[in-house]
Amino acid sequence: MLPIRHRLENMAEPVIELIIRLCGISAIIFVFGIFFFVFREGASFFFTGLDLTEFLTSPEWFPSSVSNKRYGVLALAAGTASVTLLAMCIAVPFGIGAAIYVSEFCSPRLKETFKIVIELLAAIPSVVWGFIGLTIMNELIIDLFDAPIGLNVLNGGLILALMSVPIIVSIGEDALKAVPDSYREAAVALGATRWQVVYRALLPAAKNGLLAATLLGVARAVGETMAVLMATGHAVQMPGGLLDSVRTLTATIAAELGEAPVMSDHYQVLFIIGVLLFSINFIVNLSADLIVKGIREE
Amino acid sequence: MSYSLPFRKFLACSAAVAATGLLQVGCGGPNENDAPEKTVIQNAGSDTMVNLAQAWAEDYAGVELTVSVEISGGGSGTGIAALINGTVDIANCSRQMKPEELERAEQNTGKRPVEFVVGFDALAVYVHRDNPLDEISIEQLAQIYGEKGNLTQWTQLGINHTACASDEIIRISRQSNSGTYYYFREALLGSTQDFKLGSRDLHGSKDVVDLVGSTPCTIGYSGMGYATEKVKMLKIAVKEGDTPYPPTLETGLDGTYPIARPLYMYTLGEPTGEIKAYIDWVFSEVGQEIVEKNGYVPLQKEEAESTGDMPGE
Repeated sequence: MLPIRHRLENMAEPVIELIIRLCGISAIIFVFGIFFFVFREGASFFFTGLDLTEFLTSPEWFPSSVSNKRYGVLALAAGTASVTLLAMCIAVPFGIGAAIYVSEFCSPRLKETFKIVIELLAAIPSVVWGFIGLTIMNELIIDLFDAPIGLNVLNGGLILALMSVPIIVSIGEDALKAVPDSYREAAVALGATRWQVVYRALLPAAKNGLLAATLLGVARAVGETMAVLMATGHAVQMPGGLLDSVRTLTATIAAELGEAPVMSDHYQVLFIIGVLLFSINFIVNLSADLIVKGIREE
Repeated sequence: MSYSLPFRKFLACSAAVAATGLLQVGCGGPNENDAPEKTVIQNAGSDTMVNLAQAWAEDYAGVELTVSVEISGGGSGTGIAALINGTVDIANCSRQMKPEELERAEQNTGKRPVEFVVGFDALAVYVHRDNPLDEISIEQLAQIYGEKGNLTQWTQLGINHTACASDEIIRISRQSNSGTYYYFREALLGSTQDFKLGSRDLHGSKDVVDLVGSTPCTIGYSGMGYATEKVKMLKIAVKEGDTPYPPTLETGLDGTYPIARPLYMYTLGEPTGEIKAYIDWVFSEVGQEIVEKNGYVPLQKEEAESTGDMPGE
């Protein structure tokens, strides 16, 4: 019986290899395919009607004006940037700190509980986060900061931070776990304290993984739509502070695409915003790769 | 390959579940044939009208057992887009269809949309209930919302709004596919000006009222049917010094309330069969009572009769 099974496995081998290869290639095809189709929808307006300088540098977004339509996304891009920046300022220290605690300091039993709770945090749908922002956080921010309205950068940033923390924790923890125990043993043998082990041995060794964790958090925050649509106030303006309402690029697409007549200028501009978002995430990922490579060569 | 026992059990179970599912489908067939077949009318569009449309559909289910009306919201623009694509039978709109939209619908489906005015909505301007303001004029609203407007503080309106420490007027508006947004902009600013940027553009009639109710500094606009006890509806005058009128059934009916607008239903071509029956019922006394019950302004008797006859003419 065994030899037959053996032969079958031998025959199956190339087939499986082919399937796996197709899976790998399909990812590339999908990425380029998505980019191509998104760009195609907006292409004719991009090449003929759109004033690219105005698009990128004007904060005036009047897509449904009767007399004077203006398509400037600067205020929307500033909205995305401000909310993402705030979210990362909160989520990165907390996320990496939590990852270090879970992987190095806490007891195995506590660790299991923590991991389950953190996964639960990641399982909350974004519309529920948005709902919390719209109702609970709005009133809380009005009371605590005396703000005229609680739907603002602070609200959106806090919610995005809470949404990105689980990603940063679980990937960061994996990165720390991947550091060989020999590093820890060597550091302890040299007389390092627990904190010194983390600070001098583990963090430098897990640098790449932690950077990847952070950047995935950034990508999550830039791409998030529903929660920020509800929590940031959805107001087109350049943010001047934490208590100003903003509108993000993603939320604009979500709110306006359903209404824009197919292939109208407005519709095409929304697709060009899609291309812009795609490019932002592409640059983030690419620079991450380059940084990681740079670190490796050192 | 041999499967482990738990996995085998799982396989057996899922096979059983699948088989039951098939059986049920198999038995379902003949049963459905016994019952009379249901005609489904697809009805989509205006978020302002979605509660009303739902109420109509629910009552109509008791009137005509063989017809079911399916309602979805999304905004007037969404309903019109669906009508143009021919995916709905009736589109609800809180604004009139634009000429180019009528054109596109005709090109796409070969039928020109037919318009029915099915009721009126008094567009209420809401503030927080702790706001001492009681009345406002259209001119002042234009100064608050308009691009060239310069009213940004509550004190500029001559009131001392103590619940709002920053004194800033926070403008709540609607997303730009909303019929309510178009109507309000038209009523305030005509077609030459835009709203000032920086308003909070919410996605539903109810959301506007909820946010105004929880945020003292705000001002917002929405259908009067959405009022809650946490908000106050302002009386509206055309110009400063004119008599302000509250949004009510009476002022909506006699036309003294300045921002009342018609609510429309559109069908592709003259409606026939079940769709005609449904629209006739909407115009009937029962249908118009539902309009009033939901906080909108019904058609006056003679209006209902004349428009109701239109499809037959």
